[in-house]
Amino acid sequence: MYCLLKLAPLFLAVAVCNGWLFGDFVGKQKEQDEISLWPLPQKFQSSAVAFKLSPASFQIVHAKQSSAGPSCGLLENAFRRYELHSPLFTFEPVLLYDSDLVELQVWVTSADPECDGFPSLQTDESYELSIDEPSAVLKAANVWGALRGLETFSQLVYEDYYGVNNINKTDISDFPRFAHRGILLDSSRHFLPLKVILANLEAMAMNKFNVFHWHIVDDQSFPYMSRTFPELSQKGAYHPFTHVYTPSDVKMVIEFARMRGIRVIPEFDTPGHTESWGNGQLDLLTPCYSGSSPSGTFGPVNPILNSSYDFMTQFFKEISTVFPDAYIHLGGDEVDFRCWESNPDIQKFMAQQGFGTDYSKLESFYIQRTQSKGYMVWQEVFDNGVKLKDDTVVEVWMGNKMEEELQNVTRAGFTTILSAPWYLDYISYGQDWQHYYKVEPLSFPGTDAQKKLVIGGEACLWGEYVDATNLTPRLWPRASAVAERLWSDKSVTDVGNAYNRLVQHRCRMVKRGIPAEPLFVGHCRQEYKGL
Amino acid sequence: NLCLLFFQSVTIVCYSESFAFIYKYCTIYFYLLWPLPQQLHQSADRGCLSPQRFSFTYGRDSAAQTGCSVLDAAFKRYFSIIFPDFTKGSGLLMCENQSNRLSVKTGGCDGYPDEDSDESYNLSVSEGQAVLRSVTVWGALRGLESFSQLVYQDDYGSYFINKTEIVDFPRFAFRGLLLDTSRHYLPLHAILKTLDAMAYSKFNVFHWHIVDDPSFPYQSRTFPDLSNKGAFHPFTHIYTQSDVMRVIEHARMRGIRVVPEFDSPGHTQSWGKGQPGLLTPCYKGGVPSGSFGPVDPTIDTTYKFMESLLKEVKFVFPDSYVHLGGDEVSFACWQSNPNVRKFMEKMGFGKDFTKLESFYMESIMNMTAALNRTSIVWQDVFDYHERIPQDTVLEIWKGEKYQAELSRMTQAGHRVLLSAPWYINHISYGQDWRNSYAVQPQNFSGTEEQKKLVIGGEVAMWGEYVDATNLTPRLWPRACAAAERLWSNEEKTLNADLAFPRLEEFRCELLRRGIQAEPLFVGHCKHEYDGL
Repeated sequence: MYCLLKLAPLFLAVAVCNGWLFGDFVGKQKEQDEISLWPLPQKFQSSAVAFKLSPASFQIVHAKQSSAGPSCGLLENAFRRYELHSPLFTFEPVLLYDSDLVELQVWVTSADPECDGFPSLQTDESYELSIDEPSAVLKAANVWGALRGLETFSQLVYEDYYGVNNINKTDISDFPRFAHRGILLDSSRHFLPLKVILANLEAMAMNKFNVFHWHIVDDQSFPYMSRTFPELSQKGAYHPFTHVYTPSDVKMVIEFARMRGIRVIPEFDTPGHTESWGNGQLDLLTPCYSGSSPSGTFGPVNPILNSSYDFMTQFFKEISTVFPDAYIHLGGDEVDFRCWESNPDIQKFMAQQGFGTDYSKLESFYIQRTQSKGYMVWQEVFDNGVKLKDDTVVEVWMGNKMEEELQNVTRAGFTTILSAPWYLDYISYGQDWQHYYKVEPLSFPGTDAQKKLVIGGEACLWGEYVDATNLTPRLWPRASAVAERLWSDKSVTDVGNAYNRLVQHRCRMVKRGIPAEPLFVGHCRQEYKGL
Repeated sequence: NLCLLFFQSVTIVCYSESFAFIYKYCTIYFYLLWPLPQQLHQSADRGCLSPQRFSFTYGRDSAAQTGCSVLDAAFKRYFSIIFPDFTKGSGLLMCENQSNRLSVKTGGCDGYPDEDSDESYNLSVSEGQAVLRSVTVWGALRGLESFSQLVYQDDYGSYFINKTEIVDFPRFAFRGLLLDTSRHYLPLHAILKTLDAMAYSKFNVFHWHIVDDPSFPYQSRTFPDLSNKGAFHPFTHIYTQSDVMRVIEHARMRGIRVVPEFDSPGHTQSWGKGQPGLLTPCYKGGVPSGSFGPVDPTIDTTYKFMESLLKEVKFVFPDSYVHLGGDEVSFACWQSNPNVRKFMEKMGFGKDFTKLESFYMESIMNMTAALNRTSIVWQDVFDYHERIPQDTVLEIWKGEKYQAELSRMTQAGHRVLLSAPWYINHISYGQDWRNSYAVQPQNFSGTEEQKKLVIGGEVAMWGEYVDATNLTPRLWPRACAAAERLWSNEEKTLNADLAFPRLEEFRCELLRRGIQAEPLFVGHCKHEYDGL
């Protein structure tokens, strides 16, 4: 018998024998392993025919016809990553065996593979993957699709009970349902060390997220180190040296994200949520009044001073050179009008402009003057009737009347992304991922043209109660539910099936070093080893 | 003058925390102790500590001397906690003061802490010398922890401590924390880390809910099949005898008791795999359905098995308490089984299955008593049958009306543990530690005698949604709220707003010590967590 030939420790032999004896049981387990793709591809065909993959002989290579070759650093880097990711090298090779499958050929079809480019909203992320003897082929228009395909390939590999890596004969044709699939992290309420951000970019790639919405500054702290205005972080960060993102940190985040096909969209939220800006930039904020004299506290950005706009122009000029993405998030949410109301100069200005007592007009006035390149804004900016450029992306975040808002925004012809149902900082006991999973972003009443304007969504992890200690397990695998909703077909809604796959997927994340928390009672073959 | 400089810098630190009220309390608590000692007097006079000169010594009249394993190890541990930078080279400013000594006067280098251990200590920090007095080594450990929390570093890396007098003792003798290693397996290092953090918060009982329905990770010497077949994995997801010994020894070194729970007759699905015939076969339409229910209380083999298992437990776990569970027994399976029904008839239980459970529990409790061990059981056992052995400790876990339950149980003369309000596996958005903090364990109608029967409480971290990935940040600092409630004077610690800055500071201290404690609210720590 097969198991008797092995010189493995006794327990392995026992396990192997059990495998023979309880064939059905093992078969069931295997099946579960095999179908644990996350997010589920659009078209997926798999047969029971399994090929062995040997760490010694299997490799990922550029296809001959591919427009990308060894000079494509992005893919070379990805090949290495996925060789390590797949269980190929992570398990002690007990058995030596030959590969049925010797290589995965990666074939980039368009003339420009975009090896040195950045992903964008228009990026084509589709790919085709065919697993057959002796070579598997991954076909994509550009490197971005290839990255998605590599992740899928790595998820197809499973370890059987003899410790051998297997992959089934499979054909996949895949593409995302939505173009904007984001995660928001908030590095102002708590500083997030670089390591945490990078680890989460890694986890995002495992879940085919493609936008890192970096809510980098806010009232509480200003960790972004500006070259033009260094005092902003010197005086606005929690600590001017240990709690800041230097230009090289930012560069590293952007490059790390690029390597994984992830866009980095920074948010510099104004005119509200700017208390920390005031520490390093005098006169930027509106002095609040108590009665007829300044109270010593400050409100939103002062919208009546030219100096505010000069500052913003210069500042956003820096931002648009530092961050390569075509979009910047300008915030615009939760502006508290009380301070503006208290300030006599602002009252005077309101009268001059004929705004009456409608302070949302003043906010509009401000936003219109600070518009830069492509931008995203929170929904209030739209709600307050600010005149927006056509390509503005409006982010819907308020839970009440979400459908109505989507209807209104798209009726006005603006593209929109949805984050209202996916505020992951709100925690509760139990399997709340199911709520996130059950959201259908296009369930609002509207024309097909309107629905097309919904370009995606974001899972937001605001930072009031989150820092490096608890961020990663709080985000994963809860955000994975959002990932599948935004990538897979609308019809993929079976929670039971999703549960089985997600259990495996979270174990896969754990195995790859991401402390993703459990969905429910159970275990992973390899438990989390950190702490 | 160095010291003047120091005071200015404290003031600045206080201002920069945009909470005005912290400033107020900074002047009172320079050092943010958690849990708050019973009596604390601090003065503005401070001395420097030099890592080069500082030492722990045993007092000349101390009953414990070098060679006392618990304290020798504690000195080593606390030295690096107090001087984290020592190995990396010390601060710029050398301390010009006299040599510092912490003198420990204590008696009895006991084997294991127990229910009667005296944890009180007196700590007196004066110029150049600190003296820690305690009756037992366990008290000395508590005092060392307080001492370590008194030392602080200024911006130049120099270490200071203020003149301080502390008289301290715990309000409750039993201050426990429950971990559940059955619903998810917790690797050994996660348990050891938890024990470290428990010592920092002065918890003294690790309630190890070691097995349950989903898995049986305890590797029994008598019944190895229990884990061979009942664990998630027979080799990677078990606690070997040496693992268990390590946990017990790690806990002992920190003055923590290890109370194991072998919950029966319910919550035993995983037992059945390795012990055929133990569980009740459920019936459907007159034939066995193939599924199993609670332990079968009608057959002798069950009791023989339980006796052997409890004998082993007594042998492996030195603590005088054993938790026997007894909660949430579903009667449906017993009801379906014709043999069980026959037994019920024979015993004259009628259709009252609570009597059957009581019958079983009583046998197990008697067994335990015969082994010279004190039983703890969940409240269900008392609720079903109030006449249970007097020395049984009852644990309240049901959320509603726990005050009424406290009254009833103590009136019946039982010692009681409270964990109902401290099920911190239940999470919600925001600062839920405040709910834990607001609990008043002795606020129920009863006599003074009754109140004394409340011997303590437990924080419970059940494992449905918790494993090594999220255990530590979910546990800390949320468990600290109960730690202070169980140790400190309630009157001095009822205001959560006053506790907030102290707890915030303490969680940063936990981070500095390598415990992945989550934030209470927006803000930062000097040393952020640098893992994932």
